[in-house]
Amino acid sequence: MRIQAGFRKERIDRGIKARTDDIFAIASCREILYLVGPRFLLIAALLIFPLLKSITGIYWQNVLMITATIALLALSWDLLHSVGLVSLGQALFFGAGAYATGYLNSKFGWSPVLAIPAATLLGALFSTALLYPVLRLRGIYFGLITFAVPMLLMRIIEATKILGGTEGISGLTPLPGITITLYIIIAVTLVCVYGYQRLFETDYGLVFKAIRDNDRSVIAAGFNIQLFKAQAVFLAALPATFAGAFLTHHYQFVGLPAFAMDYSVLPMASVIIGGPGSFIGAMLGAFIVVPLSEFLRTFGTLRIVIYSLVLLVFVVGLPQGLFHYLKRKYDQFERLVPIEEVEK
Amino acid sequence: MTSSVLIFGLVNSAILMLTALGFSLIFGLSGVANLAHGAIYLSSGYVAWIFLNSLGLPYFLAVPLTIVAAGLLGAAIYWLVIMRVRGLGLSEVIATFAVGVAILEFFRWMGFVTYEFNLPVLIKGSLDISGVSVDYQRLVIVGVGILMAALLWLFAHHTKIGLALRGMAQDEYTALSLGIDSDWAAALSMALGSAIAALAAVVTLPLGIISINLGYEVLIMALAVTVLGGLESITGLVVGALLLGFARTVTGTYFDPKWMEVVYLIALVLVLAVKPSGLFGKYKELEERV
Amino acid sequence: MSQDTIIKVAGLSKNFGGVKAVNGVSFELKRGEALGIIGPNGSGKSTMINLITGFVKPSSGKVFYNGRDITGLSPDKIVNLGIARSFQMAKPFYNMPVYKNLIIPLFSPRARKLAGGRHGDRDESAIHLLEEVGFERDSHIPYKPAGSLPHGYVKRLELARCLALEPDVIILDELFSGMSMSEVAGILPFLERLRDEGKTLIMVEHRLRELFRVVDKAICLNFGEKIAEGAPEEVVQNEEVKKSYLGSEVVSGA
Repeated sequence: MRIQAGFRKERIDRGIKARTDDIFAIASCREILYLVGPRFLLIAALLIFPLLKSITGIYWQNVLMITATIALLALSWDLLHSVGLVSLGQALFFGAGAYATGYLNSKFGWSPVLAIPAATLLGALFSTALLYPVLRLRGIYFGLITFAVPMLLMRIIEATKILGGTEGISGLTPLPGITITLYIIIAVTLVCVYGYQRLFETDYGLVFKAIRDNDRSVIAAGFNIQLFKAQAVFLAALPATFAGAFLTHHYQFVGLPAFAMDYSVLPMASVIIGGPGSFIGAMLGAFIVVPLSEFLRTFGTLRIVIYSLVLLVFVVGLPQGLFHYLKRKYDQFERLVPIEEVEK
Repeated sequence: MTSSVLIFGLVNSAILMLTALGFSLIFGLSGVANLAHGAIYLSSGYVAWIFLNSLGLPYFLAVPLTIVAAGLLGAAIYWLVIMRVRGLGLSEVIATFAVGVAILEFFRWMGFVTYEFNLPVLIKGSLDISGVSVDYQRLVIVGVGILMAALLWLFAHHTKIGLALRGMAQDEYTALSLGIDSDWAAALSMALGSAIAALAAVVTLPLGIISINLGYEVLIMALAVTVLGGLESITGLVVGALLLGFARTVTGTYFDPKWMEVVYLIALVLVLAVKPSGLFGKYKELEERV
Repeated sequence: MSQDTIIKVAGLSKNFGGVKAVNGVSFELKRGEALGIIGPNGSGKSTMINLITGFVKPSSGKVFYNGRDITGLSPDKIVNLGIARSFQMAKPFYNMPVYKNLIIPLFSPRARKLAGGRHGDRDESAIHLLEEVGFERDSHIPYKPAGSLPHGYVKRLELARCLALEPDVIILDELFSGMSMSEVAGILPFLERLRDEGKTLIMVEHRLRELFRVVDKAICLNFGEKIAEGAPEEVVQNEEVKKSYLGSEVVSGA
């Protein structure tokens, strides 16, 4: 006869995860919920928010717009980081997409439906071509180049007065209402997260990871790593140039601020705070960083100081980022399991 | 025209070299890319201003105090921040960058942005050199620049500490096994580099007003000169500064001052793309960069 | 050049800023032969390998592969022609499971052309290869992160990475260094089998006794120059070779 002799703690994921991280043994609905719950909540929150315009007000809808933009740039940063390239100038991609759509729309009158995808591709091609000669540089040296290039482009536009010079190009075709706009950019962000995650599960994506670990061995395996890095830059540029093109039509204006440091610093901060390497972390980071900076707006310029200090605390204190920390904690959730004893 | 290009080219080069010296020293000796360099440079300017104007200290007391304060600030940044992320390339870069932005934006928030914030020159007046009027401060800058380059060369090659630091830069583990404390050495190089940045601030800032954006510009200038000249060699630094200084002056005189800033950036990009070891870099550095 | 010469090195030299790391070395290797390159430390053995595989560009001289001039080709092209190499300082892809380390070479243009295969098949081939070089198949080791592997396993993983490329020529740079006696003894029969199956082998080694069980020809380098060539037993008897190794136990032991 069995009697209940008390309870013991057991991790919820015990029995679900077998051997590796991607093989699951699911036994009940509760376990399915445990696994997909967080993802489902995240997506649901993103899909509901744009509908709450009357409660949140247009201001926070706009904040979501910027958040999604930074999230796209952060995803792009995370992909580059996964190949071992550290970008200090995400603004390059953003600006390239922004100016490309601005030019196509104002000069040839292309509608955003055409101009944004075209600008996404053109901007990505342009940025890849520009960075191609310096792809063999490592670590901080590649970072320095990416730091300098947006500023260089800015000065060139300023000095040559091409593409509207310091005035920029205004009067671009607007996007349809804020709700649809938000849904489009949220959809693109989610597709991007999913796409990148899948990419890194393929053998092709594995080569990217391998380049970061040990590029010499990847060469010895017969890969032209210069070409592979170029492909990585192109793939990473796509969401960023899209973000630039999309926000340009949202504001109906493109100018020198498209190369502003915010677009370089905020995405980097997002990934550092959210946690690099998982893409979800990058996105989560953006959803912390951007609204936080809005809350801090009351502090005036002091907010940048607070901001830098927060970043500093994360870099020094929690270098693996919030996502990996939370994930570990979530994995460690325990439930009470009755202990049964068999009596004779 | 020609003599003015020659003179101002030299002055510009000296400014560039002085501003880059501290950054390059730290990078060369401890391998830390100190992106807070611009902030240290600029805060030295403000500290000197506070010493002179708010506390009313005499010039010859305020300047050494500023230099010491900057040195302490550098060492503090090392102990509080960099030491904790040492060796993690990306974290190092982000941490120093964040420190730099925090300092600079703090000064902006404090309202240190108006034209009243300027430093006095060492000697007033100007001198006529073959038809070009040059003020004494610019001559002081050239003099200090030459002096500092010479002193640093002597320090790095002929003093015990200098040799220890250079050994550290070449092979950290070997140096450790020889009894050189790596954190102590790196903190010292941070302190030295920051003190030199303060000296640069005190002599170069009197040429204009102190503005926050200058902090960012100085960082770019230092990066450009260091990358161009290659690390660890003072000759490279001098030549890099001369090249950029004259390129800037020539562009400003014969083309359009607007293009002056583009010159650095193009030089930076070209050198890294074509010859990543810098103009005077050595084989070992090339391996690290490529 | 006879029909079955697979690798021919002609007057190969490399200067590193005045130091002649390799100086005018020539040799030929027939298909299916196994060559050992020996010599004291710093004699230019690793540079030799880097020159053949394109990781370092020669100052002068030529390298021919199957009669084709491959001097100055980029290393990835040379690999895809069928010359695979291992590194002396073997470093795995730390953040991946061990078997995923082999996906990289299995996914290379050459391996894909020769073996084809899709995503899932490669995992199976990877496990199979690991088993061949002595990983226990049903243990958890192939699934562990490569960063946690002991040194001997890393070396065998390095060998497996070469084999995954289905090469015609395999160049092993000090495969045995850092391996225990028993590990070397375990891997030797496998190398002999590779040789008997007709793979061309080039091995740089310090452990001559073990090396000579595999190779049927040896050259000795000293200060970048070839000082002896021939059957292994002849080479170690050569006076100049003995002199270059003076004071070392290795030769007398072989």
